[in-house]
Amino acid sequence: MAATPKDTLLVLVENGPNSLDIHGVGTTFRSYVACWNLYDRLLTFGHKTSPDGGLSYDHTKIEPELAEEFNVSPEGMSVTFKLRRDATFHDGAPVTAADVKWSLDRAVTVGGFPTFQMAAGSLKKPEQFVVLDDHTIRIDFLQKDKLTLPDLAVVVPAIFNAKLAQSHATDKDPWALEWMKTNDAGGGAYKLDRWIPGQETSFLRFDEWKSGPLPKIRRVVLREVPAAGNRRALMERGDADLSVDMPFKDAAEIKKSGAYRVVGTPVENSLQYVGLVTKMKPFDDVRVRQAIAWAVPYEEIYKSVVYDICIPMSGGPANAPTSAAWPQPFPYKRDMEKAKTLLAAAGVGGGFESTISIDLGDATQSEPTAVLLQNSLTELGVKTRIEKIPGANFRNAMLEKNRPIHIASFGGWLNFPDYYFYWGYHGQNALFDTMSYQNPQMDKLIDAARFAADPEVYEDLTKQFIHIAMVDVPRIPLYQQILVVGMQKNITGYTYWFHRQLDFRPLDKS
Amino acid sequence: MVGLICARLLAAIPSIIGVIIVTFVLTRALPGDPAAYFAGPAATQQAIAEIRHSLGLDRSLPEQFLVYVEDLARGRLGNSLSTGQPVVEELLTRLPASLELTALALVLSVAIAVPLGITAAQRPNSWIDHLCRIVSTAGVSLPTFFTGLLLVYVFYYLLGWAPAPLGRLDLAYSPPPARTGFYIPDSLLSGDAATALAALRQIALPALTLAIFTLAPIARMTRAAMLSVLSADFIRAARANGLARRRIVYVYAFRNAMLPVLTTLGMVFAFLLGANVLVEKVFAWPGIGSFAIEALIDSDYAPVQGFVLAMALVYILLNLLIDILYGVIDPRAAVAA
Repeated sequence: MAATPKDTLLVLVENGPNSLDIHGVGTTFRSYVACWNLYDRLLTFGHKTSPDGGLSYDHTKIEPELAEEFNVSPEGMSVTFKLRRDATFHDGAPVTAADVKWSLDRAVTVGGFPTFQMAAGSLKKPEQFVVLDDHTIRIDFLQKDKLTLPDLAVVVPAIFNAKLAQSHATDKDPWALEWMKTNDAGGGAYKLDRWIPGQETSFLRFDEWKSGPLPKIRRVVLREVPAAGNRRALMERGDADLSVDMPFKDAAEIKKSGAYRVVGTPVENSLQYVGLVTKMKPFDDVRVRQAIAWAVPYEEIYKSVVYDICIPMSGGPANAPTSAAWPQPFPYKRDMEKAKTLLAAAGVGGGFESTISIDLGDATQSEPTAVLLQNSLTELGVKTRIEKIPGANFRNAMLEKNRPIHIASFGGWLNFPDYYFYWGYHGQNALFDTMSYQNPQMDKLIDAARFAADPEVYEDLTKQFIHIAMVDVPRIPLYQQILVVGMQKNITGYTYWFHRQLDFRPLDKS
Repeated sequence: MVGLICARLLAAIPSIIGVIIVTFVLTRALPGDPAAYFAGPAATQQAIAEIRHSLGLDRSLPEQFLVYVEDLARGRLGNSLSTGQPVVEELLTRLPASLELTALALVLSVAIAVPLGITAAQRPNSWIDHLCRIVSTAGVSLPTFFTGLLLVYVFYYLLGWAPAPLGRLDLAYSPPPARTGFYIPDSLLSGDAATALAALRQIALPALTLAIFTLAPIARMTRAAMLSVLSADFIRAARANGLARRRIVYVYAFRNAMLPVLTTLGMVFAFLLGANVLVEKVFAWPGIGSFAIEALIDSDYAPVQGFVLAMALVYILLNLLIDILYGVIDPRAAVAA
């Protein structure tokens, strides 16, 4: 056994992609790594270095990728992209505006997740994408929306080789969804070398890539190793270069032993939380929700569930929110006296019975959390039963919005507080408002912030709806998760992205 | 013989039809909504409805069943949503991986357990009998994932003798051209000894793990069967006639004791094929068991149905093979059938 060759990276993952097409039905987040590296987008985000030296994408900097330049029209109702003239797809065909139009049309037409994600940036109709000439395309806005440009830099609006894809389209499948699931029709920095679903996905550098500096690593192999202990053994013996999906316990231990490097980056705009369904008794009473928020054993959860690898969301100042940052700690910490007083005031001082529902797909975090919460609630006379729901069923259970206490997480790709609140708290009652929370006052604030042009107004509105979330606590934030990635000491360039998957391009090995 | 095979195959048809109906109904009765699951992280009710429609899940059950049977008749088992691949392809690549592993494990296990059982039966309560008892008790009481992890820890992590537990082949090798789907024979057939050796190195630890687990039933069954045969009248007669001990034990006694051992072997093999999920997980082995479990967790209907159907076919073929072997070992069994 020897370490991998110098220009090859062996990356260990728990599970691999199930599709290469981000627009396909059932494409899981494990597939984003393939979609991200095989395809370019018109725009991308810039980079920043955090205070501790870690690299991250920068959601405030929007940069051209497949576009050479882009210009928003003076009245702000459209944007024009000039494509790189020398850019080609993996098969050598030049990238044209027609390819771009076909790809964006596809994203807003196929339905399901991609269409939904595009709509989040007010990109809804094929008529919005207008080809001006072979290398120029204009996107017309339906309304001024600060999310439109960032939304063109996420995973979904990838640019496909339209001619190649169309040659595999059928009458029943005009968008070639079937073919693109397993084939590469891209022009990104890496092309598909070999894909054995369930085992291995390997990528080769596309040497003709023009949208950025040529990556250093020639070949990247993702190998699926389901057993966490084996991923650790492979890393410790130096047989693999990177390991994603590290259990928190391993991360904490490796950080201490220094066998290899562990990089942790907070997952933006995301929270692990306890949800309380506000239309169900007794959680329709705000005092009961506050009582539960005071009774959560925060410190114990941080220590024994995630081994202190998290950003705590408890113990914030009493006058919070002091800023419009999101997420930020709520003013709650464990205080059983306060909890008892509040329950008594709500007329349920004698306690009641309820159920804590958790997702078995996330059992390593949610199960111990539920047990700790259950113990703590017993002190209040609140007797709970833990309902473990298999991964496939959990989303369905959340849709039913009748699981009084549940432990879940939600994160938004686009890093704006109003984006989080729009999905998580708004009275439109989206799937992610698992608490079925409805508050017209809050809706008004969120809607106003969504299209507020003035940064000061935006900040003020944001503070207001965060304040309501803190007082009303339909959702009790536990912690902000940290994404941990293990790598050998000779690996450089690891960069955190909102989609939480590896970007191969900046990686290097010395 | 041909008559026997035909009769057996005909008799299997009702069971296959039963299997098709039962798996269809069972998968539909499972809790969980695949449409909600596969709608992705940002689904609306409308998006879920669209997916339900595109998966054909909004039709009535009898309609769905007709579509399923129609596809089946054309040899299509549908697509797995979780891996994105046609189920037939998945089964064709994964079944050989499981078969190769299980077969090698059983060969190993038989090579140890049968001699051990025979020797133990000849000298009940001797040290070898106790050894047989200890080995089989220990083997069956250690969970396979534990044995697997222990072997990985000792032979890969500490000693570095075994290759990394990364599935069927090390990164440096590419799979041999598929003829049988079994890597070792395939690479030998194409004259690639290096790949064959690499495949053998990869399969050694998982096969050993499984072998340790299956020692118990085979050794205990061999011992019990041998004990009862050795105390039979015809053995006493053979002894009284002064036949060589070796001949009595291996030719007369063992041949008669082989029937129950063979039955056990068949059961163990079929059981292992689908049930060694944990070993597959530990060694990143792309087998059929973990595929089915994951599909089940995702409420992914097509692979679950395909898996059960494939397993039913394997069972039927296996039982047929065992019946034929019965006839070879003991002609009375063939006549009775």
